[in-house]
Amino acid sequence: MANYFSENRDILFHFDRFKLKEVVDIIEENYSQTEKFQDAPHNYEDAIENYRKVLEIVGDIAANFIAPRAASIDEEGATIDYGKVKYAKGTQESLDILAQAELMGMILPRRFGGLNFPTTVYMMAVEIISRAEASLMNIFGLQDIGKTLDKFATEEQKEKYLPGFSSGLYTGAMALTEPDAGSDLQAVKLSAYQDENGKWFLRGVKRFITNGNGDVLLVLARTESGTKDARGLSMLACMKDDTIKIRRIEHKLGIHGSPTCEMQFNDTPAELVGTRRFGLLKYVLYLMYRARVGIGAQSLGISQQAYEEALKYAKAREQFGKSIYQLPVIANMLIDMRVTLESNRTLFYATCHWLDRKEAYEDMFEIYKAEKKPLNEINEKLKEALKITNLLTPMTKLILSEACNKITYDSIQIHGGTGYMKEFPVERLARDARITNIYEGTSQMQVVAATGGVINDVLVDYITEWEQKEYKGSLVKLKSSLLEIRSIFNDALKYVKDKKDSNFQDVAAKDLVELYSYIYTGYLLLDEANDDMSRVFSAKRYILDSLAKAKKNAESIKNELYSDILHADSILI
Amino acid sequence: MSFNSIVMVKQVPDTANISGQVMKEDGTVNRAKLPAIFNHEDRAALELALQIKDKFGGKVTVITMGPPRASDILRECLYMGADEAYLISDRKFAGADTLATSYVLSEAIKYIGNYDFVFAGRQAIDGDTAQVGPQTAEKLVIPQITYVEEIVKVQKDKVTLKRKIDGGFEVLESTLPCLVTVLKDALFPRPFKARRVMAYKNAKTLLELEKMTEGNSLLYIDQLKDEYLHKGWYIHTLTMDDLKLDESRCGVHGSPTKVHKVESVVLTGGNHVMVPPTKEGISNLIDHLMEDHILG
Repeated sequence: MANYFSENRDILFHFDRFKLKEVVDIIEENYSQTEKFQDAPHNYEDAIENYRKVLEIVGDIAANFIAPRAASIDEEGATIDYGKVKYAKGTQESLDILAQAELMGMILPRRFGGLNFPTTVYMMAVEIISRAEASLMNIFGLQDIGKTLDKFATEEQKEKYLPGFSSGLYTGAMALTEPDAGSDLQAVKLSAYQDENGKWFLRGVKRFITNGNGDVLLVLARTESGTKDARGLSMLACMKDDTIKIRRIEHKLGIHGSPTCEMQFNDTPAELVGTRRFGLLKYVLYLMYRARVGIGAQSLGISQQAYEEALKYAKAREQFGKSIYQLPVIANMLIDMRVTLESNRTLFYATCHWLDRKEAYEDMFEIYKAEKKPLNEINEKLKEALKITNLLTPMTKLILSEACNKITYDSIQIHGGTGYMKEFPVERLARDARITNIYEGTSQMQVVAATGGVINDVLVDYITEWEQKEYKGSLVKLKSSLLEIRSIFNDALKYVKDKKDSNFQDVAAKDLVELYSYIYTGYLLLDEANDDMSRVFSAKRYILDSLAKAKKNAESIKNELYSDILHADSILI
Repeated sequence: MSFNSIVMVKQVPDTANISGQVMKEDGTVNRAKLPAIFNHEDRAALELALQIKDKFGGKVTVITMGPPRASDILRECLYMGADEAYLISDRKFAGADTLATSYVLSEAIKYIGNYDFVFAGRQAIDGDTAQVGPQTAEKLVIPQITYVEEIVKVQKDKVTLKRKIDGGFEVLESTLPCLVTVLKDALFPRPFKARRVMAYKNAKTLLELEKMTEGNSLLYIDQLKDEYLHKGWYIHTLTMDDLKLDESRCGVHGSPTKVHKVESVVLTGGNHVMVPPTKEGISNLIDHLMEDHILG
């Protein structure tokens, strides 16, 4: 039987290279949970075996249960009737089976019914689910809301909300955006007020809320009346009830299975999560790392399926007396897709590892603090992980979601006229892909978020280490190409810095972020090729292609291609 | 009101995935080349037993007669929610037909005892006989209802079931205990449960534990078995001697069925026959199809 985990060689390659021991040692509290929980691992190897077995279940359900429902979910979509949102039949059936398989609390602690998995493994599941049906990810992937509550809520709140998440009884939603607060969340207006007993209530409107019909809502609200910026915002949790009115759901280009709600809170009882005024600055930020990585996983899943469809079609379709797969132009397009997919996955799991480390160090930091142990060492590690996660999260979301659009576009292209028709699944994949570089922060916002890390060259130590490493055979030449990209990047960066023009820097930032991603991803691929001959082809194409692109990126900056933005009003007639 | 069920399951060759290497020249199947899977209808039978457990409580025990590697599907039963598993395995069981198999299984069921239901799939995809379930019921001297699609009602000492018949269904009532064989399309088996997979992935039969002790002088089989029992990881393992069986009724000795001849039939397209579009032409065609037993 088909399995999206155990039959995907590239996914297995990364699974076998997971270096999660430090993280798993921490989240498993040195494997001390076996007395209390039969499913707890006895050591790291046992944990890895658990992850493999559970991902096999995910891969099985995705390939054999969810994927066959994808077309009907797209066709039917989520609907609303008298304010009540209903999932498409296939969505509901898929959620039910995932709950039966105990997969809805993968990252929650065991005492709340979860599996206590690291984020990296969970994201592999998200990728696999997204491949089967992209919009299901928007509900399956909301496990991050439970995770956020686990991190910041009181024990009492956790007991109230988390077991329902694990069992699949509850789905969640994060209610952040409003009509006038999209990319600019500081402008959130929905107000939270207290009655004389100190109980909180919510009043106002939220828009574009994914799964706003969910049972547990995390709401970003203005608790400090009269304030206008982020410091007046707090995070509140509430249960779905009659005071919340779903006014409408959006009619979207893609991800039809995921209901996007406009909702009105009419004095809805709520509970404060964590500390007042830290809503956006701390809790949404925490959630946002995870949500962005989640979109990376969704992008990868869609890309994988678009590639599979293109490959299958190219082999089956005959023109000029042979399959179009045998035409060099088509084969070349397919290789481009494949190499992009593989390099994206490499970047993705590196990012997941850093996110896992960041969160594990945060937990360690709190434990050390409570135990009054010296904090210096863990603090250093945490700072480093934060710095790198801050760069890699937006960079990865940017690269993967843009690539997802390109891969689905090319997949339609390989299908020719057929691909434009509803009868084949690639047009759905292209429509689903289109949102990935928009939501959870547009690509333009990701560039802004990544720029600081790029300008400060935060990966310099790792890159320097790679530059000093010896590589085998033909890889030496590829390393010299990466050295060349590095020097092109340094040049371009110096040019931008010397110019001391913030407008120029804003526009050039995209090129700089791309340049930096070539170097980091390039070395990751070079390492893979050094360890495994089968990876040489993709490393080669990625690095040589990146060198060509790097030259273009640098040229755009140094030729002052962007100087005409000063004359925008004259050009944009 | 709770009910205990015993479910008979079988590991079968995956006949849906037959590739070139699998068929031998004489037309028989090279089993070593085929992946082994959980017989689909047995999985549906287990689902039905688990649904009764979910609703009324009680215990679900699974048994299989087969080679040591059949432990794979017993673990899968534990992943789905079975409480206990038994592997009935002995070299002397080899070559058993449905008579010998139902003898061994019925004796194993008597050995386990304390059951309200015995469930089995209608038939296994390797033999396609649909005989083992009914023969087991005969030997246990309990009523049987075959081709079941749905449990309509369960009461203290009787059950109402819906079974498929040609062109429709019938609803039957039976006293308990009874044996029920299940159709695969009737139920969608639940997936493996993540936490159970992690908890029971180490479950082992006695034969597998013995393998672990081989070449490791520090491990003693009795100790190991106790440890696995204590952790809930032990898959009960019964041999012919454990069940005190009559050897002449087991395996090839107890099997009157002999495969006389296996014929490899290759269907090929023949000549076209033109049928004139007249009343007479069509009538001749129908006669022809009836002669070939394709119609009627």
